[in-house]
Amino acid sequence: MKILVCISSVPDTTTKIAFVNENREFSKQGVQFIINPYDEWYALVRALELKEAKGSGQVTLFHVGLAENEAIIRKGLAIGADDAVRVDADPGDAYFVAQQIAAYAAGKGYDLILVGKETIDYNSSMVGGMVAELMNLPYVSMASKLDVAGAEITAECDIDGGTAVVTCAAPAVISCQKGMAEARIPNMRGIMAARTKPLETVQVLDNSTLTKVENYRLNEGRQAVKMIDAGSMDELVRLLHEEAKVI
Amino acid sequence: MSVIVYTEAAKGKIRKNSLEAVTYAAAIAAKVGGEVVAVIDAAVDAALHADLGKAGAQKVLTVNHASLSSGDARAWAAVMEQVAQAHGAKVVVFSHDLAGKDIAPRVAVRLKAGIVAGAVDFPTIDGGKFEVRKTAFSGKATAVYSINSDVKVITLLPNSIPVGASGAAVSGSSFDAKLDGVSSGVTIKERKTRQSTTVPLPEAELVVSAGRGLKAPENWGIVEDLATALGATTACSRPVADMHWRPHHEHVGQTGVAIRPNLYIAIGISGAIQHLAGVNGSKTIVVINNDKEAPFFKAADYGVVGDAFEILPKLTEAVKKFKASQN
Repeated sequence: MKILVCISSVPDTTTKIAFVNENREFSKQGVQFIINPYDEWYALVRALELKEAKGSGQVTLFHVGLAENEAIIRKGLAIGADDAVRVDADPGDAYFVAQQIAAYAAGKGYDLILVGKETIDYNSSMVGGMVAELMNLPYVSMASKLDVAGAEITAECDIDGGTAVVTCAAPAVISCQKGMAEARIPNMRGIMAARTKPLETVQVLDNSTLTKVENYRLNEGRQAVKMIDAGSMDELVRLLHEEAKVI
Repeated sequence: MSVIVYTEAAKGKIRKNSLEAVTYAAAIAAKVGGEVVAVIDAAVDAALHADLGKAGAQKVLTVNHASLSSGDARAWAAVMEQVAQAHGAKVVVFSHDLAGKDIAPRVAVRLKAGIVAGAVDFPTIDGGKFEVRKTAFSGKATAVYSINSDVKVITLLPNSIPVGASGAAVSGSSFDAKLDGVSSGVTIKERKTRQSTTVPLPEAELVVSAGRGLKAPENWGIVEDLATALGATTACSRPVADMHWRPHHEHVGQTGVAIRPNLYIAIGISGAIQHLAGVNGSKTIVVINNDKEAPFFKAADYGVVGDAFEILPKLTEAVKKFKASQN
């Protein structure tokens, strides 16, 4: 079984963020970058579990990013991926990334292409659907369970007001979320092995992006919190009605 | 020229997410010209089309196909593509909900259209400029996007704009989509829907959420009482879902559901940044915690320090009294 796991580099949630170049660019200075948690905790770990259950297979990481991101790719290899591919380019927009994935994966015989349900920096949830459409493959969005038996894929995914059990034939694209697997911490052996695992760099195939961030602004925090005495719940309700106008 | 919108109905009503998307499309059409065309499954009661008109649609197109009623995302993407081409669409609008996340990226690929997913307010349209704002970096920033393609796709984050009510009557017609051989290849074997009388979390305007401060799952009665009194939906923090005190679908935060209700009441939740990332789009936040140093107070509009077991019954009484006074 061949599985391609697409990983993004994102700032850690707790990172303080800043913008430079007249707010046109995100400042990478002093920022801790991590593998997007949905890609790592769910997509990558479930790929490893499926390979382990079968006793054979190959789990390949796919990343669009500059050389500075190799640290997070090595972490993915330390967790257990067999090898990795990096497209040497800034990731542009979702369409740009999806095109790189589709172009690379075409004809290589992957049974599964896994993505996280969204990235934690832009939360768009677009890449998986785009890849599926570009490659004309089945796509399961927001899967919380994933199993493969022969060429049949079974997944559980979100539907309005509940979940659904769905099936499709491999190959397919799956977006992965909580419930699919438990996060793994790389052990020393994995970290040592990761240093020598293959990490191929490929050139960008199509440079087109259809959207562009013109500028950013930091969101202002809330006004200072108004403290209400624990004995004055009528007052809280009055404020929610008259001041906040939410009830 | 037109702005087209994907719409749905559930439980005998047009979904609020869809009405928001139509309202959004109407605001765009007012700037770029053309009519607002809402696309909906022909199986939906035609009497409901009037609600799409009220929100700002001029035309409702019904599409009739078995794979559409079962929600096949590729079939819907093909329909939206064909409608966009037939009506010279400049912009295609979806809600950023489950259907939107599944269908919109496919439509963007099919039309080779730039997409902004998760817009939080109306776009700025001025001459050739078309800018869309969305939240980025766990709610810490707003990113302003330009879309460079001729046709543009936007998904609108639920609860970002009020539903319009000034629209007029709609004209309905059926659209003959060519769907032979178009299928996502995904078969639904079983649907496990929850029996619930409250509004689902992503759409809820009022949310009452509790965390570990409630001490045990059997203590949730006072949370539910408050939610019932308010007509709110209940939610919980990650540890509470992980310990199986509450079902996973109630988990709000970064790894759970991201919400932006009008009112979010957080009880016994300390306010870790991962939790805030999923709720900081809420209009008003009330934090109730017995630890006055809880970080959540810094992200709140109103705070109450004290024992939830004493405060909640009093708050519920106060809400009931208020509701009675409104009648």
